Amino acid sequence: MKHIVKLLALLVAVSTFWIGLLETVIPRSYAWLLPVYFVVSLGCYGLLMVGVGLMHFPTCPQEAGLLQQDIAEAKEFLKQRGVDVEYD
Amino acid sequence: MEINKNKYSIIVPTYNERLNIALLVYLVFKHLRDVDFEIIVVDDGSPDGTQEVVKQLQQVYGEDRILLRARPRKLGLGTAYVHGLKHASGNFVVIMDADLSHHPKYLPSFIRKQLETGASIVTGTRYVEGGGVHGWNVMRKLTSRGANVLAQTLLWPGVSDLTGSFRLYRKSVLEDVISSCVSKGYVFQMEMIVRASRKRYHIEEVPITFVDRVYGSSKLGGSEIVEYLKGLAYLLVTT
Repeated sequence: MKHIVKLLALLVAVSTFWIGLLETVIPRSYAWLLPVYFVVSLGCYGLLMVGVGLMHFPTCPQEAGLLQQDIAEAKEFLKQRGVDVEYD
Repeated sequence: MEINKNKYSIIVPTYNERLNIALLVYLVFKHLRDVDFEIIVVDDGSPDGTQEVVKQLQQVYGEDRILLRARPRKLGLGTAYVHGLKHASGNFVVIMDADLSHHPKYLPSFIRKQLETGASIVTGTRYVEGGGVHGWNVMRKLTSRGANVLAQTLLWPGVSDLTGSFRLYRKSVLEDVISSCVSKGYVFQMEMIVRASRKRYHIEEVPITFVDRVYGSSKLGGSEIVEYLKGLAYLLVTT
């Protein structure tokens, strides 16, 4: 089954539930606003995830230094064996 | 300990990577000592002499270990992999970038993970503990994180790093997945892993560090965000 079909099925299920709510005890005005609340919450959750992810973005500053060492080692080895490693 | 009888074909597409390819080859040989592998350089007619350097490397390491399978001009990443695959004699294929943002020192961990789990695909992720990036400013991290959250929400891909292109594939799996992918650029990388996930291939992740390229110019540029969103929409509907 394609992913979009799965998502649409989920959407239909949630919509049915919401329409069901419209017909019942909950005051109509609140029920009508539920989709709005849902979308806004989803948006806020998304932003939160982006923010948290940004704060905890793994970085590796020591890797740059290690890479420079590797590059120097490689250049040394290759130069001795006739590989052109001069960068213009 | 069981001897690893697998052979690994490492496909490296290049364009103007004259210095990087030499450094990369050295580092691969350094970190894969007891492993049967070959490096397939798919160069798209680089004007900077990349192919000459590859030929020099062949003199040092052997023409059976370094294969140069060039193409006349820039023909795209996806077709570069397909081209490389045609010449791959290994039963496993590694794809990685030539610019040293993918460090060969992680190759043993890819191989080990695959042997331990029997996975069909092992993909490197920058976004978990033990992984990471360096050389990215806040904007880049923000767009990366935003793009990732969006993709996770829409696609449920089952991997943490969708746009990464440092991966180990079982050769038959790569052939299967690549034949059904049509996107270009990094959306292509996303399409590969999402399609593999949909086809229920066993995918494992290993942390990798990604240091922004040191030499040469990055191929990134242009309206990336638009392309990305279009790519996401395409993947949402077709996978």
